[in-house]
Amino acid sequence: MKKEMVCISCPMGCHLTVEGEGDNWTVTGNSCKNGERYGIQEMTDPRRILPTTVVIKGAMISRLPVKTAQEIPKGKLFDAMDELSKVVVEAPVKVGDVVLKNVCDTGIDVVATKTMPAV
Amino acid sequence: MYDIIVIGGGPAGLAAAVEAKKEGVDNILILERDRELGGILNQCIHNGFGLHTFKEQLTGPEYAGRYIDMAMDLKIPYKLNTMVLDLERKDDDTKVVHAINEEDGYMALEAKAVILTMGCRERTAGAIGIPGFRPAGVFTAGTAQRFINMEGYMTGKEVVILGSGDIGLIMARRMTLEGAHVKCVCEIMPYSNGLTRNIVQCLDDFNIPLKLSHTITFIHGKDRVEAVDVTQVDENLKPIPGTTETIPCDTLLLSVGLIPENEISRGAGVEIDRRTQGPAISELCETNLPGVFAAGNVVHVHDLVDFVSQEAALAGKGAARYVKGHLEEDINFTTVNGDGIGNVVPEKITVANLDDSVNCYMRVRKVSTDTVINCYIGDEKIATKKARKFVPAEMVNFKIKKSDLEKYHDGELKFVVEPKEA
Repeated sequence: MKKEMVCISCPMGCHLTVEGEGDNWTVTGNSCKNGERYGIQEMTDPRRILPTTVVIKGAMISRLPVKTAQEIPKGKLFDAMDELSKVVVEAPVKVGDVVLKNVCDTGIDVVATKTMPAV
Repeated sequence: MYDIIVIGGGPAGLAAAVEAKKEGVDNILILERDRELGGILNQCIHNGFGLHTFKEQLTGPEYAGRYIDMAMDLKIPYKLNTMVLDLERKDDDTKVVHAINEEDGYMALEAKAVILTMGCRERTAGAIGIPGFRPAGVFTAGTAQRFINMEGYMTGKEVVILGSGDIGLIMARRMTLEGAHVKCVCEIMPYSNGLTRNIVQCLDDFNIPLKLSHTITFIHGKDRVEAVDVTQVDENLKPIPGTTETIPCDTLLLSVGLIPENEISRGAGVEIDRRTQGPAISELCETNLPGVFAAGNVVHVHDLVDFVSQEAALAGKGAARYVKGHLEEDINFTTVNGDGIGNVVPEKITVANLDDSVNCYMRVRKVSTDTVINCYIGDEKIATKKARKFVPAEMVNFKIKKSDLEKYHDGELKFVVEPKEA
């Protein structure tokens, strides 16, 4: 199988050609290792970081920005949004604090991306 | 009397203040009109920031947080909820910043140097003159971003987005994840104005159509948006009769360009470059007014915050040198946009202030492959910038060596897009 794609690992946006099957893939057009990793992953198990927000109580604003600590399978993005819509955290929160463990059984935690003191 | 007052506590202001402090200037004050430091990054909750600066993919609040931490570690004072009204220069070259907040009331703050880092703002429906009423449901993409990501209000369910700049693309994904149906993104140009990676991860990932060479010609609805007319345009960007499609929606997001926010600069007599709409600056970000520096999106709109921080650090360095009396003011070179180049920053270069090179930032006017950007002094080509492709959406960073400039001493640096030589 052969596919042309644009790498989203960084703003360079390299045009990749990924060729192969099973466990055997070659990536060309990338300018760094991340491109190779992305190209292969995109063919075998496409994943994305999910940045979103959850409700926070007792802080200056009402939403706390969060993200999945690692990329989660692309197909689980909307399920993760559903799960996160039920999360309510209390201020204070520090950047990196886990707000939800093991989102959608991916083994990946959701962490705060902002420090918010209690007010 | 402060040594340096920084107007704006976003990424540019923070980076400038941090650098000035590292250069040994202690008496600094940051003025921020919002309720917290960090600027617009606080609402940019998506990841992808900081790859150049921190070598990792950070979200906006994380990137801002790093700089806020640096400023706090260096104990740089700041005032929040503080609106700067005016900047004035006295005859003895003291700068007076007129500002106001609830705690201190009106203040006239004196400083030896001022750094302008007020950022930019979005063009609105009025700015592009879309016909129709002015119903609820028309937002700039950034306003919707703030509502959704910070205040927790959803701005609509059936969405059309005009403009394929990065903010529009990011909001297409954001609203989709939050349960809205984004019907399409319309772009008047035949190419997108956003980074390619954002087309991929924001539109393609969610099957959102991108309609190139299309614009919005009418907004239906008097109280709330009910639909928009989407029309194809010809090569002169004129709507083509008979190609109009009416798309029902309750929300229209506009991502139609950013304009540097220079009311304070203009009032103070800062010379504005009509190409960038921001102050004309030197290699260390000094404006035409001695001791007044400017950096970040107030100077020209950047596509990556990493470059904002880099530029702002130069402004911090320049201001620190000015305060200490170490800034050279003899301008050797001016920069000119030749064929195919929209604008160039900095506009003037004093070689003595350079370490080993100067980064010239520029935008090309149209998409091209098989071209290079050449830099000329007179008839002599002194440097060439190569890339697989040049697109207007992506700012070109063209590094020129100090040693190359020293050979010529002075003149005009002209940047031209030319065919690649075989």
